[in-house]
Amino acid sequence: MRVDENVTAGGDSYYAAARKNYPAAVSGRLRTIKWSVLIITLGIYYFLPFIRWDRGPDAPGQAVLIDMAGRKAYFFGIEIWPQEVYYLTGLLVLASIALFLMNAVAGRIWCGYLCPQTVWTDLYFAVERWIEGDRRDRILMDRAPMSAGKLARKAVKHLIWLLIAVGTGGAWVLYFGDAPTIIKDTFTGNAAPIVYIWIGLLTFTTYSLAGFMREQVCLYMCPWPRIQAALTDEWALNVTYRTDRGEPRMSVRTGQRAKAAGAAVGDCIDCKACVQVCPTGVDIREGLQLGCIQCGLCIDACDTVMKKVGREPGLIGYDTDMNIARRAEGKPPIYRIVRPRTVLYAALIVIIGAVMAYALANRAFQGVSVLHDRNPLYVGLSDGGVRNGYTVRLINKRQEARHFALTVSGLPAGFAIEAQGVPSAAGKPVVDVPADTTREVRVLVMVPGGAALPASTPIEFYIVDTDNGEKASASDFFRAPPPN
Amino acid sequence: MAHEEIDKVTGVATTGHEWDGIKELNNPLPRWWLWVFYATIVFAVGYVFVYPAVPLVSGYTTGLLGHSQRASALADAEAGKAARAEIGQGLAEASLDQIKADPKMLEFAMAQGKAAFGDNCAPCHGSGATGSRGYPNLQDDDWLWGGTLDDIHTTITVGIRSTSEDTRVNDMPRFGDDGLLDAKQIRDVAGFVLSLSGGSVQGADVAAGKEIFAENCTSCHGDDAKGSHELGAPNLTDHIWLYGGDEASVINTITHAHRGVMPTWGGKLDPVTIKSLAVYVHDLGGGT
Repeated sequence: MRVDENVTAGGDSYYAAARKNYPAAVSGRLRTIKWSVLIITLGIYYFLPFIRWDRGPDAPGQAVLIDMAGRKAYFFGIEIWPQEVYYLTGLLVLASIALFLMNAVAGRIWCGYLCPQTVWTDLYFAVERWIEGDRRDRILMDRAPMSAGKLARKAVKHLIWLLIAVGTGGAWVLYFGDAPTIIKDTFTGNAAPIVYIWIGLLTFTTYSLAGFMREQVCLYMCPWPRIQAALTDEWALNVTYRTDRGEPRMSVRTGQRAKAAGAAVGDCIDCKACVQVCPTGVDIREGLQLGCIQCGLCIDACDTVMKKVGREPGLIGYDTDMNIARRAEGKPPIYRIVRPRTVLYAALIVIIGAVMAYALANRAFQGVSVLHDRNPLYVGLSDGGVRNGYTVRLINKRQEARHFALTVSGLPAGFAIEAQGVPSAAGKPVVDVPADTTREVRVLVMVPGGAALPASTPIEFYIVDTDNGEKASASDFFRAPPPN
Repeated sequence: MAHEEIDKVTGVATTGHEWDGIKELNNPLPRWWLWVFYATIVFAVGYVFVYPAVPLVSGYTTGLLGHSQRASALADAEAGKAARAEIGQGLAEASLDQIKADPKMLEFAMAQGKAAFGDNCAPCHGSGATGSRGYPNLQDDDWLWGGTLDDIHTTITVGIRSTSEDTRVNDMPRFGDDGLLDAKQIRDVAGFVLSLSGGSVQGADVAAGKEIFAENCTSCHGDDAKGSHELGAPNLTDHIWLYGGDEASVINTITHAHRGVMPTWGGKLDPVTIKSLAVYVHDLGGGT
């Protein structure tokens, strides 16, 4: 299908109305997989926020939570701080490579089975079929003049669509706060305006994209069909009409006559079942094309028909153009899932995944960052000594208050360190940092007079947990007047 | 467009437009795309009526909502002021030590003090409060009139040799200009003073200088030459010299005397700002 075939040509106009699709119901192996994927993905989306996870009394008890106000993200036992956003980056990199791998193995299976646009549109189609009937009934009803019955069916359909859409937006906001509280507040009108704005926004997008835009999103709005076309190769499996077996297509009866006359007869009986079940309205027999999201529903439809007419199933299947050509030449088809491209993608996924898992398992639960005063760089003291000021931020990622002894190395003996408003023990400030937060203190480091200091001395700040000895450090400099 | 021509290669109708033999095909766009375009036009027209949009000869159309970025910025500033007034009230009633002990008030005072310092004090004391020759460094641990919270608060309020009736004031005699000491005596006493912090003056008799110091200087600078916060007399034994600690500078100071001036801020800044400044300046030097 070329893109322009999806629209009914409006004569000489440069614009044309999109043709409405009426995909027919179908059952089969791939449809079952698609239903399962739909139930699993939507199940995760709608119910994940309700899973509880105990993190102690002062931390949120929701398993998956993005706490914007607290600037933290929680995923079961993992807590991500804003400065660790590279884990999210890593996850996105992994997701892209997984998408490439999927594409190298079997084309657009993301589009056909997992894409939210596909999943929600599929759900909307199911509602439409349930209320308005199958393809034929829907076409006839749309052609019929408006009646009470038609109006009632349309109204019920749109009502259910809207409820699903509100639910989509409603579930989205639950990821950003305590789910039961948000639900209660939303229904009692006490939730923050932003909650209603997001619910409204996602209600609008779900209702319009899954209810009306449908395949137009894939054809005109989504970049992935274009990108994947550049990533694919001749080995990638695609939903393919096996022309070598199907052509010349003709009805069963014509086929019998042709056979008797000794002419070639293909297995395709031109029943158009594959076209009727297609959610994007393409004719797969025209070959691999932009409009095909490769959901494989045409495979199920064709297999059903083949069974009925007593022919082998698999006239449409996951295959390659290369194999069609090979079979036409009488050679056996070749399937090669394991090839440099897929091995590379898989290896990248394993390596990046391993690096991330290692980093996550070994990340520190404390940290320190130091900012030297800019103005003044140093202060001369009455005893001839030099003082430098620093802003030190201590990070405690554990769910308990901790005490850190602050020290500095790299300075001549006799130096002193003090943190403003913080008690010291044995000459070291001991900073209390409450659970799961950071604390900023102003630190003064003094070197007494008589010490010959260069204009800049590299130093290292250390924080050491006074209970368990866990450490973190940060580098900076101690500035002094330039030696004469 | 009565033109009807089908391109042979693609089977698509052409628009009839042709440039140098290249024909434009008519692959129609979905009509919803056109509607989106119309919707943006409708939005733009609505925007022109609702928001300020059209410049006129003097002024502009204000729009139905009467929105103004300037007005909303001013409203934000007013809201900020109102929010500050509340905690500012707390500051007005609290003592300096109470402010220092209360983290919320301290944060507010430090922020306000920093801003007020930049506006009022930085011209002389520098943006980093390190001062310069003749203008004290407020970061170090040496204070002429005392470095406690109350001392600093008083100094800011009344100033030094200012127009205030309560001004802090002292008189360093002009030993040379007024003929109180001759050049040799000045050189000797300078030699003694610098010897206290490990320095020396060429040709000075330190022992003689010590006697001259005892006769002329100890009433203000003290027997141990460590100065006095009550009198604003500098400590002469340390490494910090407001007007320079080299031979020539010290001799110059004894000969001519410096009488630096700091204005009184009592009537110019409100009490809360002065308190904030005191807390901020006190904190600079580590609060000693």
